[in-house]
Amino acid sequence: MRKTVQNLKVIANLRLNDDHYILQLQAPNQLQAIDPGQFANLMVDHSPNVFLRRPFSIYSVDYENNTISIFIKVIGEGTRSLARLTANSSLSVIFPLGNSFTIPNSNEKVLLVGGGSGVASLMNLSQVLGRNKNEVVILSGARSSSDLVELDHFSRYGKLYTTTEDGSHGVKGYVTDHPVIKDELDSFSRIYTCGPDPMMKAVAAKAKLKSIFCEVSLENTMACGFGVCLCCVTETTQGHKCVCTDGPVFNTNQLKWQI
Amino acid sequence: MADLRTKIHNVDYKNPVLTASGTFGYGVEFDDFFDVSLLGGIIVKGTTIHPRQGNAYPRMAETAAGMLNTVGLQNKGAKYFKSDIYPNLLKYDTNILVNVSGSTVAEYVECAEIINELDHIAGIELNISCPNVKEGGMAFGTSCPSAAAVVRAVRNSYKKPIMVKLSPNVTDITEIAIAVESAGADSVSLINTLLGMAINAETRKPVLSTVTGGLSGPAVKPIALRMVWQVARAVRIPVIGMGGIMNATDAIEFFLAGATAIQVGTANFIDPMASIKIIDGIDEYLNRHKINSISEIIGCLQM
Repeated sequence: MRKTVQNLKVIANLRLNDDHYILQLQAPNQLQAIDPGQFANLMVDHSPNVFLRRPFSIYSVDYENNTISIFIKVIGEGTRSLARLTANSSLSVIFPLGNSFTIPNSNEKVLLVGGGSGVASLMNLSQVLGRNKNEVVILSGARSSSDLVELDHFSRYGKLYTTTEDGSHGVKGYVTDHPVIKDELDSFSRIYTCGPDPMMKAVAAKAKLKSIFCEVSLENTMACGFGVCLCCVTETTQGHKCVCTDGPVFNTNQLKWQI
Repeated sequence: MADLRTKIHNVDYKNPVLTASGTFGYGVEFDDFFDVSLLGGIIVKGTTIHPRQGNAYPRMAETAAGMLNTVGLQNKGAKYFKSDIYPNLLKYDTNILVNVSGSTVAEYVECAEIINELDHIAGIELNISCPNVKEGGMAFGTSCPSAAAVVRAVRNSYKKPIMVKLSPNVTDITEIAIAVESAGADSVSLINTLLGMAINAETRKPVLSTVTGGLSGPAVKPIALRMVWQVARAVRIPVIGMGGIMNATDAIEFFLAGATAIQVGTANFIDPMASIKIIDGIDEYLNRHKINSISEIIGCLQM
C-alpha cells in the first residue's frame, strides 16, 4: 500500500457530544485499500502551538464514496481546532500509515476491548471481522456514559457490552471487571484492544494467563508518522520499534511490558 | 528554468537542496511520496561504528513553532548500513552523504573507514554536534581542540569530502568553524539542534526521558541564519545552512546569508514533499527576480 499526502475535503464534521466528533473526509480519487488498524496523520493548522501533524486511527472507510472518517476526542488545542472544522474546508492528510490488525479465520470468536476513545481504533476492524463472518464481542469501557459514543454503530458488528467507572452505563468498574473478561475469556481465540496503557496492560495480562492471542494498537507521540523521526519508539523483544511503521499494532508477546 | 546547480568541494549538486540527517531516514521512506533523485542530496541517518538503541521514550516534545527531540543516534551500526541499507541507495541518482558520529575519535575513524569503501557515497557529514548522547557527539563540537582533533583524524583515513556539522551550543561558532577548516574540513553544515528542555506543569516532570533535547523548527531559524552569516564571513570553505527551513523563502534567506546549499530538516516530518516544493520555489524566485543562476545570490546580502 502506497502512502500518500493528499488534500481531503471535509464533507461533514458530526458532533456527537461536547467532546466527540466524527470528521468525514473525501478523497479526490479512488481510495486504495485501507486495512483495519492503519492511521492517518492530519495537518491541523499552521499555528505555532500546533506545529506537528496529529495521528488518528482511520475510523471507517467508504470505498463507494471515497470517504474516510476520523473519530476525534477533544483533548487539547489540536483536537479543538479539528472539532471546529466545517464542511468544504480542506485538510492535508498523510495516509494510510502503519501496519494493521491480523484477521482471523472465519467463524473464530474474537473479543474487541476498547477503552475511552481507543475504541475508535477498533471500528474499522469490527466491520472487517463482521464481513469475515467472525463471532464478534465488543467490550467498550469508559469513565462515564458521556464517553461512550457510537454504540449503535458498534452493536451492528457484534455483541456489545459496556463498563463505566461511575456506573452510569453498563457494568460499574473497569473493563477487566466485566464478566466477559472475568468468566468467559476462554471462549475467545483472539483479543484485540486499544485504550489507555494501564487498561491494555491489564487486558494483555489476562490474555497471557489464558494463552490467548492478543493484539494492541499503541499510540505514542510522533513527529512524522512514517518512520523517519524515530520519536515514537516502544520497547520490544527486538529492541526499540517505531509505533508508526512497525506498529501501531503489536502482538503483546512482542512488547516488553511488565505484565 | 534557472540554473540551480551548485558545487560543494568539487562535487557537483544538481540543486542546492539537501535533506538533513535524522529527518529523512535513508531516503527510501520517501519513495512513496516523490522521486528522491530530484534532490540535490540526501544526508542519511546518523551512523556509528556500533549499533545503538538510542534513548528511552518519550523522545519528542512539541514546542512553540518547533520540537525537541532526544533520539540519541539510534542506528544499527556502520556494518549493517554497508550490508543492508547501502545496496538500496544505489538506485538514487543524487549525492548521498552519510552522517558519521562516535563516542571516541577512534570510533569516528573506524566508522568513516567503512563508509570510505562505498563508491556511491559522495562524502560524509561529520557529526560533532549531537546534543543527545552521553559521550562524544556535542562534546567534540564545543571546543576548538577536540573538534579539530576529530576532523584531523578522520581526514587521515577518509578520502572523499568531509562536511562537518556544527553545534550552535557554543559561545562563538566561528571559532569552531575556523578550527575545523584548519584541520581539513571541506565544508561546514550548521546548525544542529539547540539544547532545550520542556516541562509538563501538571505532572511537574520533564517531558523528555533525558530531560534535555535538541530544538528544531522555525523557532530556531533566526539563530541559524545569524550563525550561517557569521560563519560564511569567517571561513573560505562552503557553508551549508540549515535550521527551521520550511519553504523556499527561508532557503533564499540562507543563500543570501552566505550558504552554498541548504538542508531541509524538521519540515520533512510535517510535509514529506517540503524539499521538492522548496526546489520549485527557489526556481520560481530566481525567475521572478530575473536571476540566471543560484550562484548569483549566494552571500549577496545587501547591507
